[in-house]
This record gives sequence, structure tokens and C-alpha cells, in this order.
Amino acid sequence: MIDSVLLSHGSGRGLDDLLHAVILPELGTDPAAPLEDAAVFALPEGRVAFTTDSFVIRPVEFPGGDIGKLSVCGTVNDLAMVGAVPHSLSVAMIIEEGLDVEILRRILRSIRRESEMAGVSIRCGDTKVVDRGKADGIFIATSGIGVVPPGLDLSVAHAQPGDAVVLSGPIGLHGIAVLAAREGLNFASTAVSDCACLHRLAAALLKASRARTLRDATRGGCAAVLNEIALASGVTIVVRQSAIPVPPEVAGACSYLGLDPLHVANEGRFIAIVPADEAEAAVAACRTMDHGHGACIIGSVEQRTRVPVLLETIIGSRRMVDVPSGDLLPRIC
Amino acid sequence: MDSAAFNDPAAAHALVDTIAGLARGLPEVRLMEVCGTHTMEIGRLGIRQLLPDNVRLISGPGCPVCVTPAAYIDAAAELAASQGVCIATFGDLFRVPGNSRSFAQVKAAGAAIEVVASPRAALDLARKSSRPVVFTAVGFETTIPATAAAVKAAASEGITNLSFFVAHRLVPPALDVLLADPSLRISGFLLPGHVSAIVGAKAYGALINRGVPGVITGFEALDILAGICSLLGLLARKEVAVKNEYTRVVPENGNPAARRLMDEVYEPCDAVWRGIGMLSQSGLNLRPEFATFDASVRYGLKAFGDEMPEGCGCGSVLKGLIPPEECPLFGVACTPENPVGPCMVSSEGSCAAAFKYGGAR
Repeated sequence: MIDSVLLSHGSGRGLDDLLHAVILPELGTDPAAPLEDAAVFALPEGRVAFTTDSFVIRPVEFPGGDIGKLSVCGTVNDLAMVGAVPHSLSVAMIIEEGLDVEILRRILRSIRRESEMAGVSIRCGDTKVVDRGKADGIFIATSGIGVVPPGLDLSVAHAQPGDAVVLSGPIGLHGIAVLAAREGLNFASTAVSDCACLHRLAAALLKASRARTLRDATRGGCAAVLNEIALASGVTIVVRQSAIPVPPEVAGACSYLGLDPLHVANEGRFIAIVPADEAEAAVAACRTMDHGHGACIIGSVEQRTRVPVLLETIIGSRRMVDVPSGDLLPRIC
Repeated sequence: MDSAAFNDPAAAHALVDTIAGLARGLPEVRLMEVCGTHTMEIGRLGIRQLLPDNVRLISGPGCPVCVTPAAYIDAAAELAASQGVCIATFGDLFRVPGNSRSFAQVKAAGAAIEVVASPRAALDLARKSSRPVVFTAVGFETTIPATAAAVKAAASEGITNLSFFVAHRLVPPALDVLLADPSLRISGFLLPGHVSAIVGAKAYGALINRGVPGVITGFEALDILAGICSLLGLLARKEVAVKNEYTRVVPENGNPAARRLMDEVYEPCDAVWRGIGMLSQSGLNLRPEFATFDASVRYGLKAFGDEMPEGCGCGSVLKGLIPPEECPLFGVACTPENPVGPCMVSSEGSCAAAFKYGGAR
């Protein structure tokens, strides 16, 4: 019976015990099957999308998810944003000695649940244990492979003047939920992370419109993504403050903490650049899907001027939207 | 009323029209705000872009972090780095550069820097550990009563491992200095809502003496626009007065109980403002009966001067002589990621606002 992860669980017989008693059963893998050095499998026909991400969030469990769910959604979403159908994932865990095995089990169950729901297979993995104080509970890195359907060519550099900007739902919930859980902010304790896999929502939008760009608004929030698109495409993006849905708990926390909701991270929201005449159809398609009920048009793409991203404020003036500096809210994904 | 009522677009447009009407009869007017929250909100709401060309909004020394000398940061960082002291500080100071390093840098090197949301949290930190804790008591009248209360609590509880490194600054004496400088050509002041809630409207007598009007105003879109409107009205009528347009928060007399608390714990002293220099009776020292809680006494810290990094235009920016964009370092050598001066990194700094929201047209 393992109560907590020890340094000795990082290699040899100890690792074998941890794998066969905890990790493989919780992930739903047959512990009796031989463990090879690499997974060997065939992919469906098409171009392959390949991505990797690492997760160092504190706390590891938060309202609306945990680091396990996040590590699946983050990588699935990176695949989905280039239009790929997610196929397979790898999961590497760096565990700090002393981690309660019950927490590890919950995280593993989240990984299993989320990947099954997303329809992706965990093909391979790795486990390392480091000394106490050298990691914060657990860090996870996932890599993902997906297959891009023929004819799709999404890019951050494809936005064109005249296009519409679509947002898939209310912003800021992940960042504020994590911050509230970590810092004990009672006034924001109702915030629940938006952490979710978006590939089906993205597929619905791509079916309804010839979207040019998809980008999930994670670190740096919508502000960072809008700036990336504007700079890469050589355009100016104008968004309307009154059109951007900000949940009251996010608005309240941001106002108190001096944050801009556009800078706060999301883990289940994307921005899409869509030809203007197809934007209504794109929004309507999103609204019929999970995680897309709050989809809306928030602005438009214009010819490039001095400022890449402008916000039309509630009182009708225009001001720039910058990329947040490095450490607005550290360790939230 | 919720905040939507203070941000109503129709009411805002009506005020913008009134401002345009009043401005037509006036020469160029330079209105200075002396509150970092005003600076940020003016930028965030894009208010400059709505004003006629002859109405200029200028940011003054309204950010307490920005006027804190770099040597203060150096001294506190040194305490944490080499004397095993835990520095408890507001988040605003965390990334502010000293002459040699910031709190963020000494923390990364292993020193104990704790970001706290209030002086009370520093008190809790000291109660919970035996480690010496130093609280960085920085801020204007808005913050001073809270640190005074914490000093008193530490004294009455006999908490021996907590001391206060005081760099509080007072707003009214600074206004007097700005008014005395003819090169600034200030036509009127937008006076700070929160500071005024403590000091009261009567604290701005110096304005009247020097013939410059002022309006106390709040922080929502309509507050700021109404404040500008009211100030232009005074200028149009050539009326020298201090008007209170923020009566829902600011009583005429301010908060006498908070001022008594300040007086009980602190006494005025001459103080250095970063980039501006020594201003008479513009800072505070702990009174002798609280000297054991004074970090500069406890650790023998010497008084600091006002050394500035080469080329740093903070002084001219803080006084409103130049807009942030005219500082030679702005956006080139000095950015929010690699700040040279605090104005670029403080959440209330003029340069931070200009960098973030695009500043002047």
C-alpha cells in the first residue's frame, strides 16, 4: 500500500510498484501488458499536427479542474487550433517526493476521464520523482499528435481586413478561479475554471465557416492572442468592450486587483478570425455545442494602423490593448 | 448604484459635448491629475481621445511607488539579501528597480520577500514566525492610517520581530511645490478621490492661495468626465475654488479619526521624492515613542538621497514637464519587462499607463 510518493518510487522496483499499483490501473492501461520503449501505431491518412506543452499550475487542484485535466485539454486544444483531429497523447510526470498518492490518483483519473471524453489515446508516458522542494507537488508535460483534414490551412498570419473576430465564450474564469483558490480570495471564490477540450467546438465552427485563424486564449489572455494575430497578419484588430462577455466574478476580481480581464488566462476559450459574412453562422454553430454557448462576435479586422489592437471602450473612445508583461499571474497553467 | 450607472455611454457623450462647448471659449488648458488611479483610468477608458485639442490632461506625481527613491529599494533589498530579514511588501513594489536590484531579483536569489495585501497581513506574518519581518510602509494618505493602525497593534501586542521601513509621502505639500514651478503651467488640478477622503477638501488651501482651481473627483468614467467638466467651468468663469464632485465618498472634513491616528503614530519630516528631490515636510517619521518599530533605527539604515539611472526621465514625467513618450528611454531601454524607473512598472505609473493604453494621442 503506497500512501505517498517516495524518492525510491522513481526507479527500479519502486517505480515498478508505483506503475503497477497506481499509475497504469488509474489510467485504465492493462498492467499485465508488456511495457515497450515506444508506442508503435498507424495514423489515419493526412498531414500530422504535433505539439507539446508543460503544466506547472499551483494549486494542482482548483475549482473546475486539476493539473491532470489541464494537461490533456491544453495539448488537445493546441492541436484543435490548427484544425487537427486529436489522435494520441504522451504524458510525462515529474513528481515531488511526499505527494499524497490520493492526489496523484485523482489527477490520473482526470487524465483518463478527459482523454476518454476527448477521444484521444494516451500512448506513452514517463514518471520521475525528485527531492522534496525541487518541484511543487507535480509537474506534467504532454505531447500530442493529431491529423489535419485535407483543405484546412489555419494560421495566425491569415487574418484579413474586413474579417470578423469571434470569441467562443465569457473570459477570465480560469485565471481568476486559480488565483482565488491559491490566494484565498473569498470575493472571487465562485469562479470556476473554463478548462475544457475545444476540438469538437472548433470542428463545428470550421464546418460552419471558412475560418482563417483559431487561437486559444491561454497565457496572456485575449489581449496576447489578438496582438499575435494582428502582428503576424499585418492588420489592426478592433474589439468592442461592450461586446466582450466578462462574468461578474471576473469583473469584480479584476477591478479589485487592478487586472484587465483581457489579460487573464482562459483554458477553454478561443478567438477565431472568420470572413465577416460567415461570422453569424460560425457563432450560431458554436452556440449549439458544449463550451460554446456564450460565443459572440467581438470586433473586426481593419487595415494596419500604428496600433495592432484597439479597444472601443464603453464610452466610445478607442485605446490600445497591449500584451501583458511576464508575471501578471504566475503558475496558472 | 452599481458601476454600470457611472459608465453610462449616453451620459458620457453628453458630458463630452459639454466639455467641448466649455473648451471653445478657453485657451489651451493643462489639467493635472495627481492620483495614480486617475492616471490608469484615464488611459484605460481612453478619455484623452475624447477631449478637444486644447484640453490637455497631464499626469503628476500621483503614484506613491513612483516617488519612492531607488535607494529605499536598495536598502530594503539588502536587508532581505544579507541580514535574513523577511520583507513584507505591497505587490506594487515587487518589480520596482532599485539602483542595483529589485525585490523580485533578490527573491529569485533566495531572499525572503512576501507580497502582502495590507499592513495587517504583515502583522500576521510576524505573529506566525520568529523571523524578523520588515514592512515597507509606502503610500500616500490613503494607506497611512492603515500602517499607523498596524504600528499601534504591534506596540500594544508587544510584537518584537516586526518593524516598519517608512517612506510615506503627503500629497498636499507636493502640490504646493508643483504650483510654485511656473514651467509646469498648470491650469487646474483633478484632485485625488481617495486621498481627499482622508484629508478633506480644506487641505487644498494652497491651490486657492496660488490662484489655481481644483476639483475632487472619483474614478468611474462619469466621475472623471464630470470632474473635467466642472474644472473647465471654474476656468471659464475665472473662479478659483476647490470643488468636491465626489461627495458620495469625500466628506468636506475628510476623515478626522484617520488623521488623528496618523498624528498619533507619525510626525511630518522633510522627504526625498524620486526624481523631484527633497520636499519640505512632505514625508513622515515614526514618533519617538514608536522608534523601536522603526526599521531604519533598528537596522541603522542611513538616510537616502535621490540617485537616478542615467537618462531616466522619471523626474520630468512625475512633474508633468514631459509626457512619458518623450522620455528618451520610454519603450526602448525602459519597458514593463525591463523597467529603468518605477513609473514604467508600478500599476499606477504614468509610463506604465502610456505604454499599456497608448497615452497621449
